[in-house]
Amino acid sequence: MDFRFTDEQEAFRKEFTTWLNTTVEEINKIYSPEFAENPESWEAEGRDFQRRLYDAGYSGRHYPKEYGGPGGPLEEEMIILETLEAICPKNRMPFFTTMGLIAPTFLACGTEEQKKHFLPRMLDGTHIWCQGFSEPNAGSDVVNIATRAIRKGDCYIVNGQKVWSSYSHMADYAVMVVRTDPNVPKHKGLSYLIMDMKATGIEVRPIVQINGDRNFCEIFLEDVEVPRNMIIGKEGEGWKFALATMAFERAMGDVAKASFHSMLLEKMFERSRNLKRSGRALITDPRVRQQLAQCWIEVVVLKSHGYRNFNNLMERGVPGPESSIGKLLWSEMYQRLTETDMQLQGLFSQVMKGSRCAVDDGYGQNVFLHSKGSTIAAGTSEIQRNIISERILGLPKDATRAKKD
Amino acid sequence: MDIKLNEDQMEMRRQARRFFEKECPMDYVREMFEDPRGFTDEIWSKMVEMGWTAMLLPEAYEGLGMNFMDLCVVFKEMGRALIPGPLFSTVLLAGETIKTAGNDAQKQKYLSGIATGKLRGTLALSEPESGADPDYVKMAANSTQDGFVLNGTKVFVFDGQTADFLIVVAKTSQGGDTFGDISLFLVDPKSAGISITPLKTMDGTRKQCVIEFRNVGVPQEGLLGDRDRGWSYLSKVLSRAQVGLAAENVGGGEKCMELASQYAKERIQFGQPIGAFQAVKHPCAQMFVEVESSRSLLYWAAWNQDYGNNKDAKLSASAAKVYCSENFKNIACATLQILGGIGFTWEHDLHFYLKRAKANEMAFGDSLYNREEIIRTLEG
Repeated sequence: MDFRFTDEQEAFRKEFTTWLNTTVEEINKIYSPEFAENPESWEAEGRDFQRRLYDAGYSGRHYPKEYGGPGGPLEEEMIILETLEAICPKNRMPFFTTMGLIAPTFLACGTEEQKKHFLPRMLDGTHIWCQGFSEPNAGSDVVNIATRAIRKGDCYIVNGQKVWSSYSHMADYAVMVVRTDPNVPKHKGLSYLIMDMKATGIEVRPIVQINGDRNFCEIFLEDVEVPRNMIIGKEGEGWKFALATMAFERAMGDVAKASFHSMLLEKMFERSRNLKRSGRALITDPRVRQQLAQCWIEVVVLKSHGYRNFNNLMERGVPGPESSIGKLLWSEMYQRLTETDMQLQGLFSQVMKGSRCAVDDGYGQNVFLHSKGSTIAAGTSEIQRNIISERILGLPKDATRAKKD
Repeated sequence: MDIKLNEDQMEMRRQARRFFEKECPMDYVREMFEDPRGFTDEIWSKMVEMGWTAMLLPEAYEGLGMNFMDLCVVFKEMGRALIPGPLFSTVLLAGETIKTAGNDAQKQKYLSGIATGKLRGTLALSEPESGADPDYVKMAANSTQDGFVLNGTKVFVFDGQTADFLIVVAKTSQGGDTFGDISLFLVDPKSAGISITPLKTMDGTRKQCVIEFRNVGVPQEGLLGDRDRGWSYLSKVLSRAQVGLAAENVGGGEKCMELASQYAKERIQFGQPIGAFQAVKHPCAQMFVEVESSRSLLYWAAWNQDYGNNKDAKLSASAAKVYCSENFKNIACATLQILGGIGFTWEHDLHFYLKRAKANEMAFGDSLYNREEIIRTLEG
C-alpha cells in the first residue's frame, strides 16, 4: 500500500499551483471581485479563466489530443481539480457542469463527429453547457420525465419544462433527457438530446436560491426544433449509459471536495484563533476544540476514501463498492462542517456579506446555506441510500416501486 | 499511489478468516466470554503456529519482520470474529513497547519469547485518575540500592490475569515535565506485593483487571528503556494500539452490517421482507457508508504507522480511533434495532459485538481524549 504521489506528480502539483496563483491574481485585476453577483461578468470571467487553463494545457488534462486535450494522465487531472478547489472554487463554477458532466458524457458516448466538434470548444472556454434532467414532476423519480420529443422530418420537436439547471442562463448548449417514446416502460423511452440554447422556443428563468445566488434556472421548451443527429447514443438508451461511465469524474470529484473542505476547515481554524468569546480565543475552549477535531477527522476520512476509490478505479477500470458512497460522505460532511462554522461564529453567524460585523465578509454564511443543496442535487441522500441498499447489499425493492418497474 | 491490499495480504486475510471460522466459531466466543481465563491453550498455540505473535517482530528475535498493515489485516478479521485472548496485549502492547524501548538482552528474552508463543505480556498504564495519557500517572517507582520499588494501582489492564510479564508505567521523578518523569518497568506478575483482581466488564471477550502494587521490588535490569524517557517510547506504541483497535472495529462493524442486511432480507412483516422498507434499508445503507469509510481511514492510519512521519502517525491513529470506534458502535446499535426483539436477547450473537464496540471505544483514549490530542498536535 502507498498513499504517496510520485515525485513527478508532486512536481506537477507545484507547477500548477504556481501557475494558478499567478493566473487568479491576474484575473482578479481584470474582473470585479463581486463578479459572482453579476451573471454577465461572472460568465465573461468564467470563459476567460477556462481559456487560460486551456492555453496553459491544464484544461481537460486527460482528454486525448484529437479532442483538444493535452492527453495527460488522469492523476494529473485529479491534482488539477484538487488544486482548483483549494484555491479558487468559484472561478471554475461556470464550467462546472460542462467539464464535470457534459464533456465526460461526450467522451464516453458521443459519435466521433460530436467529439471532434464539441469537446475542443468545451475545453477552450468557447461553449458553456448545462444539463436538463429534473422536471417539476420528475425529481428523484426519473420515470416521470414528461418533456416530449416528437420526430418530424429531420428534427425532433421538443416541448416541456426543465428545472434546477445550473448555469443555463449563460449556457450555449444543453444536454437534456427527453421522452422520445411514450409507449415503452420506464427508462426505455428516454433519450439524451443536445440543444442549442439560442434556438427558438427556449426560455430560461433564473431561480433565486436560498443564498441569493441565481445560478440555477428553469428552462421552458416550446416547439424547439432539434436536428436528429443531435442525440447522444441511441434513442432510448443513451443517457443511462452515459451516467454509468462517469465513475472517474465522480471519484475525482470526491477528492476535489476533500480539498474544498480542507480549505473551509483552515478558515475555521483561523477564525477560532482570532474570534473571542467570554474574553478568550475560541481555540482555547475545549468544546470548540472537540468540534474542530471532529471536522478535521471527517476531512481526513473523505481524503483517504477519495484516494482509495480513485486508485481502485484506475486499476480495475470499473467502480468498486466503495465508489457509491462518496456523494453521501462529502455532502453530509459538508453540512456538518458548515454547521460547525456557524456555531463557532455564535451570534456573528447571523451577519451576512456586506454588513458591519460580518465574519470573513459572510463567506461562511454563504457556504452554510449552499451546503443545504448538496444532499439534494445529483441524487438525493435518500436515493443514494436506496441504490446502496438495493444494488450493493441486495435488499429488495419496496413493493410500490417494484411494481412500477 | 497504491491503496489496496496486496496479494499476500489478501491471502493472509483468507487464511485468518478460514482459521477463525473453523477454530473459533461463536460457540467458542460464548464459552470464553464466561470463562475467567478467556482463551484455551489449544487455540493460543494454534494462533502462534499461524505466525501472528511473530509478525511485527524482527527476524533477529525469531520474528517475521512484517509490517503494521499486515497485522491490521489479521486484526480486522479478529474483530470480525470477536476473537478472545491475549494476542492484542501480547503483540501490540508488550511486543511493540519492548521493540521500541528494550535493550538487546531484553529483546532477546522477551521478543523471542513472544514470537515463539512462550511468553505473553501486557501493559499496565491506566490508573484510577488517569486514562491513556501520562499527565496523571501517580504510580511511584522509587530508586533503591539495587533497583526500584513500585507502589500504586493500575486499572483496566488487558489480559493481566494470564500475562507472564507486565510492563508497568511509573513515575521516576517528581515535579518535572509531564513527559520527562516517566519510566517503564518489566515486572514479573508473581512478584511479592502484587495482587491481581479481575474486573467483571461488559465485554467478556477481552479480560481486564486491576493490579495493585505494594512495595514491589524491581531489579535494575527491569528498567525498560532510558529512565525518565518512558513516554517517548509509549506514545508511538499507543498510536499503534489505537490503530489495532480501529482494525478490530472495522471487522466488527463489517460483521454487524452483514447480520443486519441478512436479517432484513429474511424477516417478513406486512407481507414483505422488512429490508424493502426504507426505514430499514436506509440504516443498512448507512452501515455500508460507515464500514467503507472506516476502512479507508484505517488504511491511511495503518500506512502511516509503517511509512508516515511521527506527526501523521499520531494524528491518523487518533482519527482512526475516534472514527472507527464510533462507527462500530453506531452500526452495532443500528443492527440491534433492525433485529428487533431478537437483538435484545442473549441468544443472538449481536450483543457480543455491541459490548466489544463499547469496550474498544473507551480503551487507549476515548473520543474526547483523542479529539483533544488532535488539536494539541495540530496547534503545537
